[in-house]
This record gives sequence, C-alpha cells and structure tokens, in this order.
Amino acid sequence: MKITQEEVAHVAMLARLELNAGEMEEIAGQLNDILEYVDKLNRLDTTDVPPTMHVLPLANVFREDEPRPCLSREEVLANAPEAEDGMFRIPPVIE
Amino acid sequence: MLAHLTVAELAEKLQKKEVSAREAALAALEQIEALDRKIKAYITVTADEALAAADAVDARRSKGEKLGPLAGVPMALKDNLCTKGVPTTCASKLLENFIPPYDATVVERLRQAGAVMLGKTNLDEFAMGSSTENSAFFTTRNPWDTARVPGGSSGGSAAAVAADEAYFALGTDTGGSIRQPAAFCGVVGLKPTYGRVSRFGAVAFASSLDQIGPMTKDVRDCALVLNVIAGLDERDSTSADVEVSDYTAFLEEDIRRMKLGIPKEYFAAGVNSEVKAAVRKAIDLLVSLGAEAEEISLPHTEYGIPVYYLIAPAEASSNLARFDGVRYGFRAEADNLLDMYRKTRSQGLGSEVKRRIMLGTYALSSGYYDAYYLKAQKVRTLIKNDFDRAFAKYDVLVTPTTPTVAFQVGSVSDLLTMYLNDILTIGANLAGLPAVSVPCGFAGGLPVGLQFIGKPFAEGTILRAAYAYEQNSGLRKSKPPIAAGGERHE
Amino acid sequence: MSKYETVIGLEVHVELSTKTKIFCSCPTDFGSAPNTNVCPICLGMPGTLPVLNRKAVEYAIKAALALNCHVPSYAKFDRKNYFYPDLPKAYQISQYDLPLAVHGYLEIECDGVKRRIGINRVHLEEDAGKLVHSEFGDYSLADYNRGGVPLIEIVTEPDLRSPAEAKAFLEKLKSIMLYTGVSDVKMEEGSLRCDANISLRPVGADYFGVRTEIKNMNSFRAVQRGLEYEEQRHLEILSAGGELVQETRRWDEDKGVTYAMRSKEEAEDYRYFPDPDLVPVIVDEAWVEEIRKSLPEMPEERRQRYMAEWGLSSYDAEVITASKAMADFFEAVMADYHDAKTAANWMMGEIAKHLNAAGIEINESRLTPAHLLELLKLVDEGTISGTIAKTVFAEVFESGKMPAEIVREKGLVQITDEGAIAAIVDQVIKDNPKPVADYREGKAKAIGFLVGQVMKLSRGKANPELANRLLRERLDSQLD
Repeated sequence: MKITQEEVAHVAMLARLELNAGEMEEIAGQLNDILEYVDKLNRLDTTDVPPTMHVLPLANVFREDEPRPCLSREEVLANAPEAEDGMFRIPPVIE
Repeated sequence: MLAHLTVAELAEKLQKKEVSAREAALAALEQIEALDRKIKAYITVTADEALAAADAVDARRSKGEKLGPLAGVPMALKDNLCTKGVPTTCASKLLENFIPPYDATVVERLRQAGAVMLGKTNLDEFAMGSSTENSAFFTTRNPWDTARVPGGSSGGSAAAVAADEAYFALGTDTGGSIRQPAAFCGVVGLKPTYGRVSRFGAVAFASSLDQIGPMTKDVRDCALVLNVIAGLDERDSTSADVEVSDYTAFLEEDIRRMKLGIPKEYFAAGVNSEVKAAVRKAIDLLVSLGAEAEEISLPHTEYGIPVYYLIAPAEASSNLARFDGVRYGFRAEADNLLDMYRKTRSQGLGSEVKRRIMLGTYALSSGYYDAYYLKAQKVRTLIKNDFDRAFAKYDVLVTPTTPTVAFQVGSVSDLLTMYLNDILTIGANLAGLPAVSVPCGFAGGLPVGLQFIGKPFAEGTILRAAYAYEQNSGLRKSKPPIAAGGERHE
Repeated sequence: MSKYETVIGLEVHVELSTKTKIFCSCPTDFGSAPNTNVCPICLGMPGTLPVLNRKAVEYAIKAALALNCHVPSYAKFDRKNYFYPDLPKAYQISQYDLPLAVHGYLEIECDGVKRRIGINRVHLEEDAGKLVHSEFGDYSLADYNRGGVPLIEIVTEPDLRSPAEAKAFLEKLKSIMLYTGVSDVKMEEGSLRCDANISLRPVGADYFGVRTEIKNMNSFRAVQRGLEYEEQRHLEILSAGGELVQETRRWDEDKGVTYAMRSKEEAEDYRYFPDPDLVPVIVDEAWVEEIRKSLPEMPEERRQRYMAEWGLSSYDAEVITASKAMADFFEAVMADYHDAKTAANWMMGEIAKHLNAAGIEINESRLTPAHLLELLKLVDEGTISGTIAKTVFAEVFESGKMPAEIVREKGLVQITDEGAIAAIVDQVIKDNPKPVADYREGKAKAIGFLVGQVMKLSRGKANPELANRLLRERLDSQLD
C-alpha cells in the first residue's frame, strides 16, 4: 500500500473534502491502484531531463497598467449564495 | 432537410438568401425537439435567444450589412464554455445555477462571426471522463446506438453534431475529450495546438493541456470554425502570437509526397483489431493518393497515461479549489467555515472529480511533489522529444483515435480501463500538438476515428491530410440512422 | 541580556502603487465601496485567466534595485494553494523558488551604530481580499477590492539584533520605498505590513535558537513593542531553563502581549507548483539598466550632495533626506533661496514639529515651498521678527494662507521706528526697577528679561536688535 487511510484523510482535509468511512476506503484503494500504475515512470532515468511546464517557449506576456471597467455590484453578487452590505456573507471566520 | 447541411453548405444558402437564419435555427431546434429526449446532448437549450439572434442576423442581412463568415449558423457549445447570461454548469451540481457575467473569448468571436447559439451541451463533470457518464445530470447517448456512450468528455457536442441537432459545436480537449467522442460519434473533431485558441472562459480542468476546438460534420467545416476561433488573445497569457491563416486554403492542396509517420506503439495490443484494420485501410488510401507512409516509433508512448494522470489531476486540484461555496455556485448549510467548505465540495462534486482532486492534491503535497508531479513533467519532456524527433522527418503522424469503438453505457467500471481509453489521444496534449479525428469507417456498425497529429501550428497540414482522406473515402456525412430521416425511430 | 543574543528577521509586504491590479485591469483605489473594484478575474470566476501587469514587474524590480538586489534573468510565478475566504481562487499567485530579485542589503543606523542588513529575496505576488466580522461573531463578510493588488514581499536575512534595529530597518525601508515611488507605504491603509521572526541564542553561538513568528503588528512602534515583548518572554523561558515552542503568535496592541494563535487543523502544506496560466518573466540586462536609470537619487546620494552643495552638516542633511517628500520640499525652497542652514532649521524645527503634531507627511499638508520661501523673505527683509514668523507659520500650516497675507491681516509688521521703540523701552525701565538695578549692579543677564518685556509690550512686533540696543543705550547712559 502506497497511501494509508490516514494520508487519505490528510489529503482530503487539504482539499477540503469530507469523505465518509466507506468513501475513504474506496478512494484509498483506487488511489493505490493508480499510484501503483504510475510507478512505471520510475523505470525511466530522468536525472538530467528538464520538466516541461509549458509546451510553448513563451515569456514576458504583459498587460499595460490601464484601468478598465469593473463589474457592477449587482453582477458581482448575482451568483452569491448569500450577500449583505455589498459583500459575500459566509459562516464566521475565527482568527 | 435543412438540419443535415454542413456549415459551409448552410452559410452559402444563407448568403444567397435561399434560407433565413431563422429557418436554419428552427430546423436545428426541431431536430433537438425530435431527438434530444433520446440523445440527451443538451443541458440547456436557449431556443428563444437562438431565434432572437437569428432574427437579428436576418435583419442585418436584409439591410445589406456586411456579415461574419458564420452569420446565421446555429451552433452548440460545451457547457464548460462560459456564456454571458446563460448557465454554465460544467455538468456539475456545484455550478448548476452559475450564470457567468462574461463570454469566453471563443464565444465572443463566434458571436462576432454571426454564429447563433442553440444551447449548452453535456459533458463529464468538469470534463473529467470519457463517456459523459460522469455528468451530474444525465448520460448522453451515442446517436449510432443509444445503448452506447457518445464518448467524452465532449460527448454532448459530438452527439449533437452527429444527430444534426447542431450544425457544429465546440468542445474542449485535455486528454482526448474532443477527438475521442468525435471518433465514437462519427464526426470530425480538432484539438488545436496548445496556444492556438484562447482558453479564456473555458472552465479550466488542466491548464497546461486544455484546448478548445471545433466538432463538425466534415473537415471543411472544421477549418471554417477554426478560422474564427483561432488567434492571439490578450486575456490568455498562453495564447500564441502566431498568424492565423485561412485554413480552408490548405484543403484543396494534394498530399503527394506528404510524409506520414505511423507510430507502431499506437497499434499495440489493446487496440481493437477491427479498429486497426479500418485505420490500416485508411493509410492505404492515403498512400494511393501519393502520400508516403513509414512505420516509426514513439518509444515513450506507454508513459503517456501515467504522466497524464499525475499532471492533469494536480492542475485540476488547484483549478477546482475555487469552488468553495463563497462567491458563486452551490453552498451546503454549515455553521462554520471549515464545514461549509467540506460539505459544499463533497456534496457539490461527483466521485470522479473528487477522486482526481484527491490524486492531484496528493501528487503536489509535501514530500511527494518530486516523486510524482515533477517526475511526470520530466517524462512529459521525453514524450515531447519523441514527437520532436518524429517531426524532424515526417509531416503528419497517422494513428487510430481510440483503441475501441463506443462502449455500452455502464459497461466500463474499472478505473484504469476507462483511463486507458485516452492512450492514443493523450500524447498530443502532453506535447501541445494539433490533432484531428475524422471518421474512417465502421467496426461492428459503429464509427471508427482516424487521427492525424501535426507539428505545432500545422493545423493546415493535418486538415489537408484529413480532407484528402475524407474526399476520397466516400464516408463524408455518413449519418446515424436515428438522424437520417429526422423522425425515424428504431 | 548579556548571556543571549537576539536574532530577528522580517517579512515585509509592500503594496505597489500601480493604477491597476497585478493580473487584471481593475483599479487599485483604496477606500472604494466594497466589491466595486472587482471583475471576473479577481473574483476567481471559472474560466478566467491572469495576465501580468508590466508596471508591477517594473516597480518590483525598481524596489529591489533600490535594496541593492541582484535581478536574475529568469523568474516565474507559482501557485500557493490554501483555502481562505479572502482568497478567491483558493490559491495565491506568488513566487516560490525563482523570485524576481535576491541577495540585497539595506544599511541602517541605530543608536549611532551603522549596520548592513541582508535582503534574502524580493518577490511579487497578489494581495488577498478583506474580511469583516459581524459584531457577535456569527458570520463574516468578504470584500475583494484589495484582492489582486500587487505586493512585493521583502524577506530579510536574520541579521537584525534588536527590536530597535527592526524599527530602524522599517523606517529606512519606508523611506527607500517612498524615494523610488513604487508605493505610498501607508501602514494604516495596509500598504505596508510586517511579520517578524525572533529567536535568542547564547552570545557567540553559530546556531539559531527556537524562533517564534509574530503577526498583526500594525505600526512600526508595534513591531518594536511586539519584538521587545517576545524577546523578554524568550529570555525568561530560557533563563529559567525552559523550552520554547516554534509557533506563530499574534500581537495584541491593546494588552501589549503576544499570544499563540489557534493551531491550524493541519500542518500548512501549500503545494506550490508553477502556475500554468502564466509564462516566465525573462529580465535581460538592458531592462534592468533601464529601470536602474529610472531610479531617483537615493537618500545617501542626496545627503552627500546637500553637504557639498549647500554646506549642510551631515546630521542636518541626514534628517532632511530621510523623507523624500521633505527633501523634495527643501530643494524646491532652495531653488529660490540662499541660506541653506536657515531653511534646514525651519524644516527640522517648526515644520517637523507641526507635522508630527498633526501626524501627517509634508506632502499631505497644506504647506508648499512657496509658503516657506515667502516667510523666510519676510524675516530676511525685517518685515517680521523670527518670533512673529513662528506665529505666522502656525497659521499658514493651519489655513494654507500666504504668510504676507496673514502678516497684513493681523498687523504683525515689525516696529522698526526708533522713536516708537524708545517709548516702549522707557516704559519698561520705569516699570521694572528691580531688574534695572540688577543690570546696573553688573548682572548682565537681566537685560534679557528687559528685552523680553519690550517684546511683550509691543506684542512681539518690536525689532529685537533695536530694542536691545536702545535698552543698553538708555541703561548705560543713565549709569554715567
């Protein structure tokens, strides 16, 4: 087993997913299958191989510092699950 | 019947005022009305807006105004492309009620060109899947056999075009999501070079792999649509400043002495023998037209799936983190923030999406980044190098699009078997190359796809090869029986 | 503190004063109504993509050059992934392993000792939005106006050795940022924010002690106080043979203490990876040089010039050049004025006093170089006395009126008529027999009191030299 249920629980927390015991076990199994499968990558020596983060050799793509119109407040909040005083209302955040 | 027409045919009739845009839209809407209960290609049909847009085109035409190349041509858009004022759900419960206040760049360009939107098509949730079975709403059916899947993730778009429920459609392709459903449904589907088409407004799955592309009834239409959507966009930093040629201009050129590479790994075990036979036959036809075919090797092909299934979920885990219930979309009831996040995402997202988020989060997490994500990006370089070497010698690579034809709904339960569906299409995404799938016959009565892969920005070349094949194969515009008569039912 | 040495490092966030946000074209105006400076991009709506603001890159490089940093040729942006409602995409676009600038330093002076503080890196990132909490803590509200405003994060080496040095560093940093013009550096508006790391180690040790990170220090003074508190807390624990815990603590300004922040549900794991939506930034020599050329004269260069050009003392020159706004003001005055020392005295005296009292910078006041120039000339021409000038200045500062106008309105023109002053002098001699007698008995100091009486009686308008001379003449002559 590459990934333990404990790790699955940790990853679920990082991803803000709530998994019940059944899902946890199922996903742990599936992740293990996948991780076992992707293990074949280790057959390749990639010591001196650079990663391909971008397929195109682009660099220095910029915008000029010129303001453009924003959304109206109405548009901003149109999709909000809850809004108040022009802001998005959410459960309490404790700092 | 009007709905059977290709984009090119319809555009000509519209231009000559033989038909109106309203008639063209009505024909498609009637086809939707007649067939979509069975096919289930659409999540949202915007009939009123479509007719209003069509009327506007007709009004402008009657005034003699200069109109765009697709003026009055009705289209379908995959429901992960943002449309201002029209729900964009990504086939997810989480975005079921999300209405973007903006259009994707491709949508803006198509509207500018006069195309008329009929509605939004079904997909695997957030484009993660190969069958539309991962849609939170319903599974789209293959018009050639409604017991089978249309492929995915752009299954709704493929089925809509195959069933004449749209004159053309757009899809998105991260690991084969345009080409595989195009192959399964017997239509043409193009994934452009990474950077050829702006990604702005396409809800991101895996940002370094995603591209938007046309799904059409024939190759000419594919070129026509690409003409409109391709090109630099200042809103997408990864869109390329490479000139857009008129892709239809490439079509009529012959393919004599075109060098075709036939990668042997794409004909390995696991690829259905009937599929292989159809593709071999297609290659023979291309050779008879003057092309030169040689078997080549892309030795790292087998690593495509593991590389893809690390990179795509990793990027997705980050891209989909914004669906947190704060600003838009579904929010679960909870009295504290952490519960709100976790319940919203757990209830709002489907199991395949959650699985990939878990995998991607793990691949990026502390202690595993080098072993998984970085390793995958390095092997990606090896895969890209394979293609670079091949393209030093060959103009176009020819392969089957998929290992099999469309499978039965609910028949593939094993995860890895499902993932292996993408093995022949993934390479082009990992290397950022253009690739097009065209119908090349049937296996067991179901369409088989032929894939042409090209050099970066050589869309013209692969379209030329695809067109030459299509013109000489006698397969152009083969219709599934369900759509052929408009109201013929099995 | 003899046994232990304090080690402090700072992480300073400075908001850049570009017109638009770092990855979208929304304005960066401070104080707008909530969620009015936002668009689909800075709200993290699906399908939207970032495009980098060139000015933000240039400002960041400019700031880095002013901090003596090296600008590598290749930089990239990474995603820092974490969930928080002020972060719309649930990741912050930042820079992880390849920042825009590295290896700089800043020279500071604290208690007369000059020290060079290393700058580890300067990187560019986006700011988060703001949360407002309801009165009863039962819900919160999110405003994304600030989300996407460009920030540079400046990370120092652990080179600071006292809380006072930390404060001196921040003051110097603020001055430099104002000089370069890349930020307005207003801590009260959150455009400069500072977190600090502190640890103690035995003097002479070559390792670091257990450190704590302090957050929520909202002024330079708070940084110093927070660090002093923490320094003392460490010292007490270590001296008692106790063990410190590596943790993040929050400074409570009202109570003057730090306390451990609620431990997170899990260890932080930001899962940094290169942002596939952004392409690398390649900065060639030519670009760096172009930006370097756009740097204004820095405080140190100005100080040298003031000493050479105007003969100011090193101290005076340093005080005036500490703030770019003050130095600019001073130079504007000197463009039309001859006596640098007098002008400098005004800058460091009356002007500084009033600015401090009002708690504002000179460029936020009504005062213009023209005001000071006119005032200086009124004194030089003898129209008003130096004492009256201070009264006039207070009103100039308050109202923004021109000094001559105030002098005219209030009838403050100096009395230089000998006859008029002589009459006052006679009156003072008559009214003050005791000091007069003292003077005549040889107590020379008594003359000061008598001059003061003349000034008082003339309501400050008597020419002081004249008053002095006439008094002496009268007293000395009657002595004969």
